[in-house]
Amino acid sequence: MLLIHCPYCEEERSELEFRAAGDAHIARPENIAAISDEEFEEYFFLRDNPKGLIFERWRHIAGCGRFFNAARDTVSDRFLKTYKAGEPKPSLPIAAMTDETVVETYEATEGRAE
Amino acid sequence: MADLATRTLPLGGFHGGSATVRLTPAAPASRLSLRAKPDAVAALSAALGLSLPTRPKASATSGTRHALWLGPDEWLVIDETNTDLLGLVGSAGALHSATDISHRNTAVLVDGPGASATINAGCPQDLSLKTFPVGACSRTVFGKAEIVLYRTGETAFRVECWRSFAPYVSGLLAAGAQDAGH
Repeated sequence: MLLIHCPYCEEERSELEFRAAGDAHIARPENIAAISDEEFEEYFFLRDNPKGLIFERWRHIAGCGRFFNAARDTVSDRFLKTYKAGEPKPSLPIAAMTDETVVETYEATEGRAE
Repeated sequence: MADLATRTLPLGGFHGGSATVRLTPAAPASRLSLRAKPDAVAALSAALGLSLPTRPKASATSGTRHALWLGPDEWLVIDETNTDLLGLVGSAGALHSATDISHRNTAVLVDGPGASATINAGCPQDLSLKTFPVGACSRTVFGKAEIVLYRTGETAFRVECWRSFAPYVSGLLAAGAQDAGH
């Protein structure tokens, strides 16, 4: 079970109390009626799905109920930092990303069809 | 003339427990879901006659009335008597949102040396006295149901849940109490 630090409750709680809520820091267009369909698609549907560092929104739904942001490593599933909604993206040292036990699953054999 | 309707409580007749813990349905109480910005807290506190807590997991008690911190701008106010809490906060003269949830919620009182083990059967929180002292409260999960947990004594908890979840919560508590009895 993951323990997630809620910046509003100021302590670590079980992942059972939380719900993921997609990518963070997605800026809504100033005038959404004026943008083209392609720009709307880009804003509304397209996400990067990076391997490694990702900034996400999470909600402490069965707790304080607040949305907050988290920097998470998609390889190790580790939460690197959580911070209140509205705060700027934190700059994380590269060292935080070097995980000593990276478990590769399918990617080692991907594409070889053995 | 027909007899007057009698009130049926959501957990009427429920009892349970084991050698180390006793489960009792709480008496009907007045409850308020209260939300307000920080600048209204002082006026609402004065109207309620207690000081609304502003720290995570904190609660305040005055007589039969309890205010539980649920979130940075959200409280659950419980009065064990039949007080009109809505009228009280309405007279505060401060901007807020209040909903009477007296009948939405019901509660089970969990009491005895096995109380925290019983609740931990379905709740992931650390209920040691160090991290969840007497007076601590939190909205959390119990199995698949959302509950508000309030520690009223070293071995006593109040488990608030929605009334439609009451059979599930009381049943899971009874199962947890059996496990805690060993």
